[in-house]
Amino acid sequence: MAPWLGPLFGGILIGLAATVLLWLNGRVAGISGIVNGLLRPAPGGDRGWRVAFVFGLMGAGGLAMRLLGQSTASPAPLPLLLVAGLLVGYGTSLGGGCTSGHGVCGLARLSKRSLVATGTFMAAAVATVYVVRHVLGAAP
Amino acid sequence: MNRVLAALFAGALFGIGLVLSRMTDPTVVLGFLDVAGAWNPSLAIVMGAAVATTTLGYRLALRRGRPVFDTDFHMPVARVVDTALLAGSAVFGVGWGLSGYCPGPALTALAGGVGSALWFVPAMLAGGLLQRLTTRAA
Repeated sequence: MAPWLGPLFGGILIGLAATVLLWLNGRVAGISGIVNGLLRPAPGGDRGWRVAFVFGLMGAGGLAMRLLGQSTASPAPLPLLLVAGLLVGYGTSLGGGCTSGHGVCGLARLSKRSLVATGTFMAAAVATVYVVRHVLGAAP
Repeated sequence: MNRVLAALFAGALFGIGLVLSRMTDPTVVLGFLDVAGAWNPSLAIVMGAAVATTTLGYRLALRRGRPVFDTDFHMPVARVVDTALLAGSAVFGVGWGLSGYCPGPALTALAGGVGSALWFVPAMLAGGLLQRLTTRAA
């Protein structure tokens, strides 16, 4: 199978998922937003669909990973993983979205905020990898 | 109940999409972000396909005037590009570049049994909680 087929079909599926969530529930498929909505005390009735979405994501996604034998770890050492997690959690909450919320759904809506957000986190991520790999010379 | 089932279905599609596209593999993501190294264009293909599909899908969905299982669409209301957006996105980007994980793939990888995610996800949740708490205090 050509190496780009997985990314292509995967991307289309992600787009279909986002479309289904909007079409049926009227919600944006931004993972950080959905999860943050669970962390924040939500009014009654708002939690159910969020829990269900995460359940589906982890259930089907986790199963798919195991069936396909996907188990590649992050190359980051443990302390860095913890720091990275904190930054991702804090940053997506502050910035109001992540790669799915801003990067996919926001761009699809032609949102200027999302365009700026996506450009910013992409630039920051690219710069970070450059510093880690090519300036500090840390192992990939 | 309809909304819950719909969300479950959408979540499942999303998760499978992430796995098929290999976004749950941090080395693939980092390979895209490593523009000066052995560049892996996969993420660009995934994003391109996802954005194109969603753009079309959103157009069709919004045409209905309302969602199937709700009275109104819940779209983000903020319009202004402010410091929070810029700072938050930058901070997120650094964390993403350090680990190769963003929220969706991290959660999926946790369910897939990857050890890295076991540490990353709780830290991510803690970070989100910290941001919520510090906002309220301000």
